[in-house]
Amino acid sequence: MITAGVDVGAKYVKIVLLEDGKNVLTRANGIVGFDVGKSAAEVFEKALVNANLKRDQIVQVVATGMGRKAIHKIPPINTGEVVPEVIADAKGTYHLIPTVKTVIDVGAEEGRGVKVDENGRVRDFVINERCAAGAGTFIETMARALEVSVEDMGPLALKSANTIPMNAQCCVFAESEVVTLIHSKVAKEDIAKAIHDAMAGRIASMVLRVGVEKDVALIGGVARNPGFWPPLKRELNTEIVVPEYPEYVGALGAALLAFETEGQK
Amino acid sequence: MSEKTSEFWRWPEYRYTMPNMDWHNAKIITAGVDIGSVGSKATVMLDGELYAYSVMRTGGISEETAIKVTNWALDGTDLKTENLHHVVGTGYGRVNVPFANKTITEIACHARGAHYIYGPSVRTVLDIGGQDCKAIRCDEKGKVVSFLMNDKCAAGTGRGLEVFADLIRVPIEELGKVSLSLTEEPSPVSNTCVIFAKAESLALLRQGWLKEKVAAAYHLAMVDRIIDLLTKVGIERDFVITGGVAKNIGIVSRLERNLGIKPLEPKLDPILAGAIGAALFAKALYEKQIGLR
Repeated sequence: MITAGVDVGAKYVKIVLLEDGKNVLTRANGIVGFDVGKSAAEVFEKALVNANLKRDQIVQVVATGMGRKAIHKIPPINTGEVVPEVIADAKGTYHLIPTVKTVIDVGAEEGRGVKVDENGRVRDFVINERCAAGAGTFIETMARALEVSVEDMGPLALKSANTIPMNAQCCVFAESEVVTLIHSKVAKEDIAKAIHDAMAGRIASMVLRVGVEKDVALIGGVARNPGFWPPLKRELNTEIVVPEYPEYVGALGAALLAFETEGQK
Repeated sequence: MSEKTSEFWRWPEYRYTMPNMDWHNAKIITAGVDIGSVGSKATVMLDGELYAYSVMRTGGISEETAIKVTNWALDGTDLKTENLHHVVGTGYGRVNVPFANKTITEIACHARGAHYIYGPSVRTVLDIGGQDCKAIRCDEKGKVVSFLMNDKCAAGTGRGLEVFADLIRVPIEELGKVSLSLTEEPSPVSNTCVIFAKAESLALLRQGWLKEKVAAAYHLAMVDRIIDLLTKVGIERDFVITGGVAKNIGIVSRLERNLGIKPLEPKLDPILAGAIGAALFAKALYEKQIGLR
């Protein structure tokens, strides 16, 4: 039985096609454009082509992510059900890391902390969706100010051993602070490190509101940024596991939930 | 397009000397230097009356700005920094005023300055600056009773307006007026965060919203946020607005409408409140020092 999970994020659509609730057949992604439904449909078509499948071979589709409701009646997706991100996050992470108790999901515009029980169910969660300073947008905005590509930000930060405090918590204020630091001839790698330290501090204080229990997993697009790992580990005083394909974990969770729904019928 | 016209956030700098006042007749000459995060203000007061002032953008190095803005306020008056009996620094960069005899927080200075500008009936001062927003309750002497401040987030500050001036390409001084140019009010921008609000507004512009409508939607969101802060500290009449954003008619008129309270009309430039308060504190300190008090 093949199921699909569609995660419509603020910036990217991620899709996982799953066989029998365990084998990932394919992963596909694409940028969310002006028309959310159209962007999601294009990624879905891409996933079908990748896996050499037809829509009617997919038994159930579950959608998650902030745009999950925008793709309800969009062919060929035709979502069966929608689930909130925290449930999909917990499901997907637990499947990959059965020992996980805390999931940290940092996307483009949101950050989440999810406490998971021994069965992979959500016990408690906390979300920041109101402030750009605790999301990928923060790094992106600062990358623009530093004139460095987003992908290079993490590796650049890792080159620095210096700690420079960033006073600004707000993304808008931090942008000016970065410009001031550049003008004061502070090395780019030191500024990049300060940016990651600040962001890790924001995420940590959010996650600490639900508490941190091992094992801790980091997922979402920002999990791919290695500059973010050391300060987050330090702030939370724990090891952190980053699964392969961290940005697809929500979509995987949705596909797993689709499989479970069908199994119960 | 030239560099200058593309900087919609850049407001004009200015200075002024009161006519019919002569510093040679003054017993006590004091100055207040308010180094804000965006704008720096200097006032010179003769026996507690405003004589000269200047307003300019805060540069990268606060010490340099402090010297520049004070010299500019003194410009054309024949006064030298040495003639100033006492100087108080205030604002975000107050520790960087090299010639200040003392520093005092901007909260105290704004309350004291609002008392001077608007009179002793003032009980609530809303100061909206470049990077913060303060709601201050004060007594009949202009002394602070309580206050609340947002200096962590750009939403509800002048900085948010600067971002929007650039987004819709309208000079910052005209932004308030432009936001009032349509007869019907849209719903406010739904995101609080300026970064997200900007992205939301960009999508609205692409959907065909007029820039005037987007401006109105952002002003409304900002007013909601400011009212939250005011409500928390409690609002008592008379109510006044100070700081650079007090010049934005789009914010002031909507605050008046949504609060149902009319703010007092300023008799002087409301951006000067902090610097005036600082100069008045300088006078009191000097009087104490020479044994007059």
